[in-house]
Amino acid sequence: MSESIVLDIKNLRSHFFTAKGQVPAVDGVSIQVPEGKIIGIVGESGCGKSMTAMSVMGLLRYPGRVVGGTITLDGKDITHLRPKEISKVRGNEISMIFQEPMTSLNPVYPVGKQVREAILLHQKVSKEEAKERVLDIFRAVGISEPEKRYYSYPHQLSGGLRQRVMIGMAMVCRPKVMIADEPTTALDVTIEAQILRLMKKLCQEQGTSIILITHNMGVVAEVCDYVYVMYAGKVMEQAETFELFERTSHPYTQGLLRSIPRLDEKAERLYTIDGVVPNLLHLPKGCSFCTRCSQAEDRCFAEKPRLYETSEGHGVRCFLYEGEGKVCLDE
Amino acid sequence: MKEDKNQVVGSENMNGGQARGKNHEDLDFLAQMGESDSLADKLKILARQNKLAAFSAVILILIFLAAVFAPVVAPCDHLAQSLTDRLQDPSAAHLLGTDELGRDVLSRIIFGARISLTIGLVPTLISMAIGTVLGLCAGFYGGKTDFIIMRLADVMLAFPSLLLAMVVMYTMGGGLINIFIALSLVNWAGTARIVRAQTLSLKEKEFVEAAKSIGVKKWTIMFRHILPNCLPSLIVLFTLNIPSAILSEASLSFLGIGAQPPSASWGLMAVRGKKYLFSEPWLSIAPSAAIMIVVMAFNFLGDGLRDVLDPYLKEQ
Repeated sequence: MSESIVLDIKNLRSHFFTAKGQVPAVDGVSIQVPEGKIIGIVGESGCGKSMTAMSVMGLLRYPGRVVGGTITLDGKDITHLRPKEISKVRGNEISMIFQEPMTSLNPVYPVGKQVREAILLHQKVSKEEAKERVLDIFRAVGISEPEKRYYSYPHQLSGGLRQRVMIGMAMVCRPKVMIADEPTTALDVTIEAQILRLMKKLCQEQGTSIILITHNMGVVAEVCDYVYVMYAGKVMEQAETFELFERTSHPYTQGLLRSIPRLDEKAERLYTIDGVVPNLLHLPKGCSFCTRCSQAEDRCFAEKPRLYETSEGHGVRCFLYEGEGKVCLDE
Repeated sequence: MKEDKNQVVGSENMNGGQARGKNHEDLDFLAQMGESDSLADKLKILARQNKLAAFSAVILILIFLAAVFAPVVAPCDHLAQSLTDRLQDPSAAHLLGTDELGRDVLSRIIFGARISLTIGLVPTLISMAIGTVLGLCAGFYGGKTDFIIMRLADVMLAFPSLLLAMVVMYTMGGGLINIFIALSLVNWAGTARIVRAQTLSLKEKEFVEAAKSIGVKKWTIMFRHILPNCLPSLIVLFTLNIPSAILSEASLSFLGIGAQPPSASWGLMAVRGKKYLFSEPWLSIAPSAAIMIVVMAFNFLGDGLRDVLDPYLKEQ
């Protein structure tokens, strides 16, 4: 990758310290976000996608804690910042869009004021100037009648509009990186396409990089430049989007792609990957996917595979590809 | 147009109601009222829904005005004694008669409203301010902060508040300022508990997370994002705390450690009339009735406000 890396997550490990034991929700994840690109993180529920995002934002809550690795934003280590310092970074250099646009806005304030707050927090501008910029960003995210919407309360807006407001709020300070945690899950499909297109447009115009967390392979194919497939707190496969769909390597990724219903095939039942995500407290000794993998060998149960590079930028955490490449991004 | 808007709000509530839960609906409602911007609109809703509460509000406003303009409204000087006119029955000259020193009872009640309302409002405001801040801190920070504040509140709630107020009054002496202090110290715990409970649920809401994600600082989150969402409960609590403060003052005065003569406090007047209860009953009955009317009016108003601010409760 020749582009400059804006956000570099190296070997991030976030654990939850529960009464039953230490839960490795994020277990050695390395992600590189180049400038102005959209990075997708896909995986099932509970695979650690959101926890990775929360760790980066410094929003992990007790009993969760980042126990290892580094997060470097634009050359600055933000892994263990004090609350005062992190609140300067949040919203200004890195921001986040949440899954539920319904509950992510404070019900007692007009939405315009909430977006304005983001500006006033980080930049020394007058209230009028800030309002002008809010109206600009409202226009940019495609909110009709921005003047009127500025004074609307969240309950008066539709889900799509609210998510546009949230995107506006996240983009208004022109952050370097924006994390979108399943931004379209709560929206219907037509709105989903609009929102994705909007995010892609803003990303190109402002040079903001986006980390898009989703479990929808269609979304990934549509907007992402580079994809990380996560499973049980680990990256299983990473590749450029085209490469990933063209040369799907890891049995888990293959399973994920096969479970998408297709129009051109007749099937009685949808394909599913057998079993469920393993309990993170009792992970298999070897590969965490071995219990559900159709190609698992004895070795998979005993040893942990590493992330082998099969071609440039394409890493697969599976013994099937061990011979072909060298270890690329690992401890 | 207005109808239209309400419909949209209504259908949204139906769709999202279950997922968003009870708390959100009444918050929505508050937001909606905030949007209908004027106090007049809120009062209109109140008057339509609850005639009794509206009537109570009118009574309270009248009493409040009478207290403010007492020298103009009162027929006589409330301190002017006239021993020749002592213990007169109600008449045209003295609508509620005169007391044992010949002072006009009606005038004294009007002037007494100043003391009773002040005592209703000031300690309630102080105690609720203390309770709100402590409750917010306890709920938001949790852990040790929470433990210390809440155990302190438990201790306060474990004592009968009147007894505690009496101890404070005895050690510091009588007088208005000391009543303020005594009642403020005693009454903050209830508010703290309610605010803490609301904070606990509100701080888990995604908008708090979203506020954090744009870099809002902790104190700003507490006071700008969480506190306004507690307001409906606080307003209702306020109207319910006022009468209890008024009653506490009356009790303290009745016991002789509240307001001191010759100042005209309702509780004090009631106790002075005790001696003449059988011969001149109006001496005690008139101030007691005044207390009752104010207390009931506040209670009705509180109930009404709760219905307006929290439609969910009413449905139940």
